[in-house]
Amino acid sequence: MRDTVRFRLCQTNPRLGAVQSNLDDHLARAESARADGVDLLVLPELSLTGYFLKDQVPEVALRRDAPELARLAGATRGLALVAGFVEASDDGRHFNAVGWFEDGRLVHLHRKVQLVHYGMFDEGRDFAAGERYEPVASDRLRAGLLTCEDAWHQDGSLLYFLDGVDAVVVPSASPARGVLASDHGLASVDAWDKLLAATATATTSYVLYANRSGWEDGIGFSGHSAVYGPDGERIARLATIDTGCLDGELHRAPIERQRVMTPLRRDAKPWLLARELRRRELEA
Amino acid sequence: MNEELDLDCGGALQLLTAFLREEIASAGMDRAVVGLSGGIDSALSLALCARALGPQNVLAVLMPYRTSNPDSASHATLVADHFGTPRRLVDISAMADGYLDREDVSDATRRGNVMARCRMTVLYDLSVEWRGLVVGTSNKTEMLLGYSTQWGDAAHALNPLGDLYKHQVYQLSRHLDVPLPVIEKAPSADLFEGQTDEADLGFSYAEADAVLWRMVDLRFRRADLLAAGFAPELVDGVARRVVRNQYKRRPPVICKLGYRTINQDFRYLRDWLA
Repeated sequence: MRDTVRFRLCQTNPRLGAVQSNLDDHLARAESARADGVDLLVLPELSLTGYFLKDQVPEVALRRDAPELARLAGATRGLALVAGFVEASDDGRHFNAVGWFEDGRLVHLHRKVQLVHYGMFDEGRDFAAGERYEPVASDRLRAGLLTCEDAWHQDGSLLYFLDGVDAVVVPSASPARGVLASDHGLASVDAWDKLLAATATATTSYVLYANRSGWEDGIGFSGHSAVYGPDGERIARLATIDTGCLDGELHRAPIERQRVMTPLRRDAKPWLLARELRRRELEA
Repeated sequence: MNEELDLDCGGALQLLTAFLREEIASAGMDRAVVGLSGGIDSALSLALCARALGPQNVLAVLMPYRTSNPDSASHATLVADHFGTPRRLVDISAMADGYLDREDVSDATRRGNVMARCRMTVLYDLSVEWRGLVVGTSNKTEMLLGYSTQWGDAAHALNPLGDLYKHQVYQLSRHLDVPLPVIEKAPSADLFEGQTDEADLGFSYAEADAVLWRMVDLRFRRADLLAAGFAPELVDGVARRVVRNQYKRRPPVICKLGYRTINQDFRYLRDWLA
């Protein structure tokens, strides 16, 4: 990665299903980010569409060559931008997608692997699941994208760790829940905080979490976007459910220092994992 | 009892006030109408609206019937004045009696339902005049038990109390400084003299909360509840009410004929494009 990457995490409140108006919002944010010297602007999961889309999924879906995505890409000269949308594939499937737009083009597309369908969630009904975790080919840093629930499964972050990413980037649409006195603040925010800190610790990389704000039919999204250092410490967060942005810098030096002090990647044994998985498959 | 249900009041308030502001704004409005009965639930709903929207944007509507306990109206007045909201008094006696007397309705349940639906009619009419949404006053305990009148007090555009057990309603009401006489009196639908919710239900709200919290939120099964020491009559009485009243919590059923039926496979949020 470059010595320093200036990032901005925005917890936005997209209008549900209103792609054009959300796109206008994104273009304005890209413009001001560039003016402010931001290298990497991260927006939440499904930032172009809103989250509980249900039957709106095919209505708001965009193909990779859609003019809306071309406009978004066009706004990223001198900038990298991460935004969420519904991808319509050539074979007619719909994916919960995150695009990494950089210097005028869509350089990477991550299809959410772990669709959520329990409790209040029903993504499995509306989306096809992605099947790949590939690091982003960015000029600015080596990054791995995990869309919300992807971060709750260890395989994605493990693969990115083996890839040696500098940062794990987590766009999210996590609802706020759990307000008992016995919880530590919002229970869902606390759970995310622990998870992301552990992810940063285990991958010895930065973790950038951009979670959305706003309400959809009584469900409020919990915001609290945050950045974690390669030592697992939370460096900063937007301590609110309201909209807002968090600016900061990622540096190469702390990653290198952490990997000297705690050389987890050096000692990783991916071949052992592969062997153990094969052995279990044989036994099953 | 039920300390495990204690809220982080600050966190709950933050969500509840943001919910009221943003969901009312989604409907293109910034005002609310609340029917004030003189009881704790509507007092809390009013307090939350006043905090979220500013008291000047919340209309408190008092709708006594001629047999209502006079304490109800005086407590409702106390609450509205305490939170600084404008209030409107609409006596529903003539409206309700126009039907009840003419049709000679004497059954207490039927009379109570007619009164509740008269109040709903008034609230929805005033919501047009006031240009605000009708905000509900039904808590989670009473919704689960079905202790409400369908299309009456259960009718509203949005409801800040619907995920709060009665125990939590008490806790939040104290936190928001709801006047003490309203907090301390026995909960009553005030449909006839001396009526109390707990006598109607056959168990206390504290007992109901303890069972419902475990049954609904923690997914205890009947055997788990009995093992935890709850009496079988209480567990079964609560469970029966929850099941029997499911219809009150769902939109009316529609006969499916086509491939996209409303509420079945025509699935859009209310906040569609909001």
